[in-house]
Amino acid sequence: MKTSKKISMSDAICEATFQSMEQDNTIFVIGEGVTDPKKIFGTTYGLIEKFGSERVIEAPIAENGLMGFCIGSALSGMRPLLIHQRVEFALLSMEQIINNAAKIHYVSNGKHNVPVIVRLIIGRGWGQGPAHSQSLEPLFSYIPGLRVVMPAFANDAKGMLMTALTENTPTIFIEHRWCHFVTGEVEENPDKIFIDGPKVISSGSDITIVATSYMLYEAMLASDIANLFNISVEVIDLRVLKPLKLDKVLRSVSKTKRLICVDTGFKEYGIGAEISAIVSETQFNKLLKPVVRIGLPNRPTPSSRHLAADYYPTGETIIKQIGNLMDLDSIRINEMIKELNFKKPDAKSDVPNSLFKGPF
Amino acid sequence: MDLSNDLIHDYYQMNRIRCVEETIAIKYSEQEMRCPVHLSIGQEATAVGVISNLTEDDKIYSTHRCHAHYLAKGGDLNAMISEIHGKAGGCCGGRGGSMHLFDEKAGIIASLPIVASVIPLAVGSALSFKLKKNKKIAVVFFGDGAVEEGVFHESANFAKVHNLPVLFVCENNHYSVYTELNQRQPNDDLTRLAKAYNIQSIRCNGNDIAKVKSAGKKATQYIRAQQGPFFMQLDTFRQREHCGPNIDDELGYRTEDLINSGFLNDPVILEKNKLIKKGILDDKLVQKINKEIKIEIEKAFELAKNDSFPSLISADHYIYEN
Repeated sequence: MKTSKKISMSDAICEATFQSMEQDNTIFVIGEGVTDPKKIFGTTYGLIEKFGSERVIEAPIAENGLMGFCIGSALSGMRPLLIHQRVEFALLSMEQIINNAAKIHYVSNGKHNVPVIVRLIIGRGWGQGPAHSQSLEPLFSYIPGLRVVMPAFANDAKGMLMTALTENTPTIFIEHRWCHFVTGEVEENPDKIFIDGPKVISSGSDITIVATSYMLYEAMLASDIANLFNISVEVIDLRVLKPLKLDKVLRSVSKTKRLICVDTGFKEYGIGAEISAIVSETQFNKLLKPVVRIGLPNRPTPSSRHLAADYYPTGETIIKQIGNLMDLDSIRINEMIKELNFKKPDAKSDVPNSLFKGPF
Repeated sequence: MDLSNDLIHDYYQMNRIRCVEETIAIKYSEQEMRCPVHLSIGQEATAVGVISNLTEDDKIYSTHRCHAHYLAKGGDLNAMISEIHGKAGGCCGGRGGSMHLFDEKAGIIASLPIVASVIPLAVGSALSFKLKKNKKIAVVFFGDGAVEEGVFHESANFAKVHNLPVLFVCENNHYSVYTELNQRQPNDDLTRLAKAYNIQSIRCNGNDIAKVKSAGKKATQYIRAQQGPFFMQLDTFRQREHCGPNIDDELGYRTEDLINSGFLNDPVILEKNKLIKKGILDDKLVQKINKEIKIEIEKAFELAKNDSFPSLISADHYIYEN
């Protein structure tokens, strides 16, 4: 019998790492802070005690080097898991990621594999500002040969990480810091979860919303409110940004004829832009309304919570767009927003929940 | 041919590399090899001298200038020539060209064209050797420009902190394309960079095969005794242009002195004369060696010429596993 328990995504990621390392002694973990007292937001807890400093390697501050060490060790039979506490640290690894991790399998005509996993964490809130809170997943998703995943749920995070650690594809595993806090039922010994593309979270007939990572929660919230007003929303978790497989999304759009793309990054040149382009190319005649993209405005993230207040789209942003797509008048839309505020009264743009007291 | 005599063996290797690259240079204008080539002509002793100290199990990494390392480590000549022709039988199936030579069977894990990009990969392989507790060592060849990249320093530091079995081989040909070392570095002693990381080092004339070989012996013995990484600076001279088949000294970017001493210290000719003087080699044997090499090279070019191009449909293969 399958047993499961309710744990947070950060605990699920820790569990996935621990269990994978027990099963496969070629897996090692490396990164800045993997053995420190904070244990990468609790996601490497217990690893050093169990597996020792040879397999849980505290790293110097050398992100491009670390990426190269991982690629080289992968070419010699290891399965490294590299962790950066912020997405931005990986900007220093980009040469290795793009030129080597993504290409060696291809250039070697399939003879070499690069089974490297890079965990990146998107910060948000508590004034982290311009260089500690970016969602840069489009940079990675641009590159053929990389796999880019963004789990939103604890169980999916555990399953995808465990699967990625058994496969040979270089994988950028992007976690939103706010998703770390979200709890869910997580199987102790999950069956293999396939990293095969989007997943329909709730089915509906009026509007399709494709969302990534943390924005999935805002989309689910907006969908719940819309349902109260007899608007049926199909919510899809994109999960796998690269390679992009949109079959489920296209099927959904051909049914609902309306699409909203919501992701954690910038609107311009973002994930939503790509999905929107593909939907326009293939479903143009089926669409009743233009595709709507929801993303960050075209400016860096300010630190001040006052300046950042309207920076991040919320459930309210999504509800407004749902209203527009369904030709609702402003009175009706305001009723929906009132309902949302009733359901989630203390939402702040700079903390994930009311218990959070900072800093990250 | 009996190559049991080490001296003849090493001369043979250097001469073979030279002949392969001279043939590439001669045939380059036929426009069948349509990819950049960075010839090692003049730098053969560094490759052969270091690699003659390695076992079959040891692994090497190289750069854009990888022909000599590839051949010295036993890389398949036919697959190399086919690769440069962009043909299906190439070591990368035509996907990499001259700058991406590799041969897993021979222990050449990768050659990569971005300066210094390959260095951390060798350190990563060394890390895996340490974790797996085997006795292999990883050797990475790079030029004098590579020590200016941050990732060299990241790699040296990590290799020392973890005492990894890796040999850093810096081939100093004094030039990054057309830019001389003295415009890029405070002085030409690059072992000071190794010393900064507490890494043992040695500097020697990279055009003297005997000196390179004995320095390489010291380095590999040190590493095999599990005492950690080692750094070699081998001073040498690139006879041809940075990229391409020609001599380009009409451009005037190198001094007369450097050019003259560079050509005078040709490693293949020096060694041949030395071995003849010692009575180990004679004209007859040299002719026999050259003939054998020539036949092998002609065959490789013939195979490459007749090899088919990879199918267009195959261009979509191996982007991802499966």
